[in-house]
Amino acid sequence: MDTKELARKIRIHTLEMTSRGGSSHVGAAFSMADIVAVLYGNVLNVDPNDPKKPSRDRFILSKGHAGAAIYAALAETGFFPVEKLKTHYQDGSNLSGHVSHKGIPGVELSTGSLGHGLPVGTGMAKAAKLRNDSHRVIVLLGDGECDEGSNWEAILFAAHHKLDNLVAIVDYNKIQSLATVSETLGLEPFTDKWQSFGWNVVEVDGHDHVSLKNSLSAEARVPGKPTCVLAHTIKGRGVSFMENSVLWHYRTARGEEFDAALKELEDAA
Amino acid sequence: MRDHFIERLSLMAEQDPRIMLITGDLGFCVFDDYRDRFPNQFINAGIAEQNMVGLATGLALEGHIVFTYSIANFVFMRCLEQIRNDASYHDCNVNVVCVGGGFSYGALGVSHHATEDLAIMRSLPGLTVVSPCDHWEASEATEAVADTAGVSYLRLDKSSAPNSYENGEEFRLGKTRRVRDGFDVTLAATGGILSNALAAAEELAKHGIQARVLSVHTLKPLDAEALVSAAKETTGIVTIEEHTVDGGLGGAVAESLLESGVMPGFFHRIGLREGFSSIVGSQNYLRTHYGMDHEAIVAKVIQLLGARKTRLMEKHVA
Repeated sequence: MDTKELARKIRIHTLEMTSRGGSSHVGAAFSMADIVAVLYGNVLNVDPNDPKKPSRDRFILSKGHAGAAIYAALAETGFFPVEKLKTHYQDGSNLSGHVSHKGIPGVELSTGSLGHGLPVGTGMAKAAKLRNDSHRVIVLLGDGECDEGSNWEAILFAAHHKLDNLVAIVDYNKIQSLATVSETLGLEPFTDKWQSFGWNVVEVDGHDHVSLKNSLSAEARVPGKPTCVLAHTIKGRGVSFMENSVLWHYRTARGEEFDAALKELEDAA
Repeated sequence: MRDHFIERLSLMAEQDPRIMLITGDLGFCVFDDYRDRFPNQFINAGIAEQNMVGLATGLALEGHIVFTYSIANFVFMRCLEQIRNDASYHDCNVNVVCVGGGFSYGALGVSHHATEDLAIMRSLPGLTVVSPCDHWEASEATEAVADTAGVSYLRLDKSSAPNSYENGEEFRLGKTRRVRDGFDVTLAATGGILSNALAAAEELAKHGIQARVLSVHTLKPLDAEALVSAAKETTGIVTIEEHTVDGGLGGAVAESLLESGVMPGFFHRIGLREGFSSIVGSQNYLRTHYGMDHEAIVAKVIQLLGARKTRLMEKHVA
């Protein structure tokens, strides 16, 4: 699958969904769009015709506020009709602003409150180990989300139990809801923190599809250690005026802003 | 109750490899035998309750029947959101076991007094809330919650009422047990404090008052039928719980009766009415201190029956 094209479609859908519903978090969805496209286009062993297949890889979006991008990826890869995306954030819909599993094939876990995905993924990885299953569990976290102590409980647990079937990807766009990460609660030296907790850490450019594919491939597994893929990203990536801006964590693109953003994404084809 | 829980769980683990026990680093010596026999069905999650529930959810989503275990408030309060959003919203068979309900750890201080748990857990969607009164109920409830879909909260008390099990009796979640019959007053209790209700019933009998004693081991779903019968067949209802009077057993019974359109002759909630229970002591001492021992129950029943008699007489005269 052309993952660059998938990423572009994810961004266009996300822009339309958040604009139509007047919802937030377009910047957070854009920063991870390439990661999500590589996962669904090239990495995850998942089957839209058998979403609960026992041997599938488990993917959890822990930064649930960026759920629009996951719904878009699932629709584009055949889990449900693309048409359904139009109901996102609308009255009576089950496509909620934060990702939900109820009635949505392909979503493993509903999230929205931060710091929940990695502990649950750790339980799934532990269960796979107990059964000697070979699938992986991949959890995508935000950087601001790493303020939550529950993540660090799971990080301790996963290393102690040698869960090398677990991958945590951090969408490290360096901006959280009100300010930059470094102004809010600094995470650096971030790589050192994960390493000192016993994880294998790989730093990548989170918009470079080849690097992402290599670092996320099953072959990249380091025996006995869980892996953290620290993906350096740009918040709002793909629309010039949204990039690297705190504003676009919450702002909704409307009117001329929407048209300009859509044009940039369409021209990128 | 704790020992009966682990004994029953061991039997279940032997028969069903899906059973998984996760402790939050508590239960010194309690789990040694279980851990040695079932190493793949035991995890010490460390002192990390949020991760413990996340872990439990992940394991349950993969088909395990999980029990999480810790003392009093630790097992549900720190990780309440994980119980709600992760375990319950995803319909997981996760059974949250609180060892030390109420004042079980009375001398350890307010951090260890589990006196709001029933109200909090009762409000969560999809939960089954169970508070056994004796060893038999605790053992039966252990298996029953595992057989029940979704999240269950199992409150284990340090104290236990005398076993009231009758041969052939079947334990059913959501079905109140009538452990003593009478028609003058109903004493509806949950947990080990049922022993105080039974002692009060003995004492009341000396005054010629026959009390019905109900073990309301399941707060959710509540046995509305048994409570409506109690309201109709006895003069009034007193609820007894080692818990705040706000939103626990008393609250649940009141809600249920009012919605059923049945008004008992009188109604009173015995439980913790102060704010924080900052005075410490043994479980029995604290029951007396906070006005929920058998003497307090007897005094309240006599007062309520007397007041009702006076009201009825005044009405008759008028």
